Amino acid sequence: MKISVQREEFDLSREVKALSGNPKIGAVASFIGQVRDVAMTLEHYPGMTEKALAAIVEQAKSRWQLIDCTVIHRFGELKPTDPIVLVVVASAHRGDAFAACEFLMDYLKTQAPFWKKEQTPDGARWVEAKAADDQAAERWK
Amino acid sequence: MKVKVLYFASVREKLGKDAEEIELPAGVATIAGLRSHLRARGGAWADALGDSKLLRMAVNQDMAKNSAAIKAGDEVAFFPPVTGG
Repeated sequence: MKISVQREEFDLSREVKALSGNPKIGAVASFIGQVRDVAMTLEHYPGMTEKALAAIVEQAKSRWQLIDCTVIHRFGELKPTDPIVLVVVASAHRGDAFAACEFLMDYLKTQAPFWKKEQTPDGARWVEAKAADDQAAERWK
Repeated sequence: MKVKVLYFASVREKLGKDAEEIELPAGVATIAGLRSHLRARGGAWADALGDSKLLRMAVNQDMAKNSAAIKAGDEVAFFPPVTGG
């Protein structure tokens, strides 16, 4: 299991190759979230962020048969099309990998202490949390 | 009893402060109590820490409710609903 909160860009193929070489892995699902439309600055709560991500990964492990998992979330200045977040999940079969990947993203969006500030033509503004994100996390309960 | 208080994102900007040590008055033992104590500073404090819908809290880096207990040495944080991912 790997959790990283970093400024630097990540590389999907490198992260997939870095998953444990366990021969029981038969499925790898991944998700990348990236910046849409406008540049932004991502702030986070150092310490709590890593703790929250680890707790979310633990929940996923308790619900699905996961063999390995990687969560990388960036912070700092990001521009349109820059990747923000990466989730990679490895399991024996695709069902667990797909479900856990979606669960991790839904929970991350409502539980991990990150905040986006967009640079719009009218000036900088904090992105407001969406009710749809809360509903997406709620459906796993 | 002293606690460390952190402010993030829009809450930090409204308050013009990112962290402080606070000596809690006797009888303040929950997040709700700490919030009332801070709101009593007036102005931006009353505003930024007033609306529960727009505020989230953490104690020792775990999400916490208004009723959560706080004790000496705790790290308490106030911030808006998160928007990562």
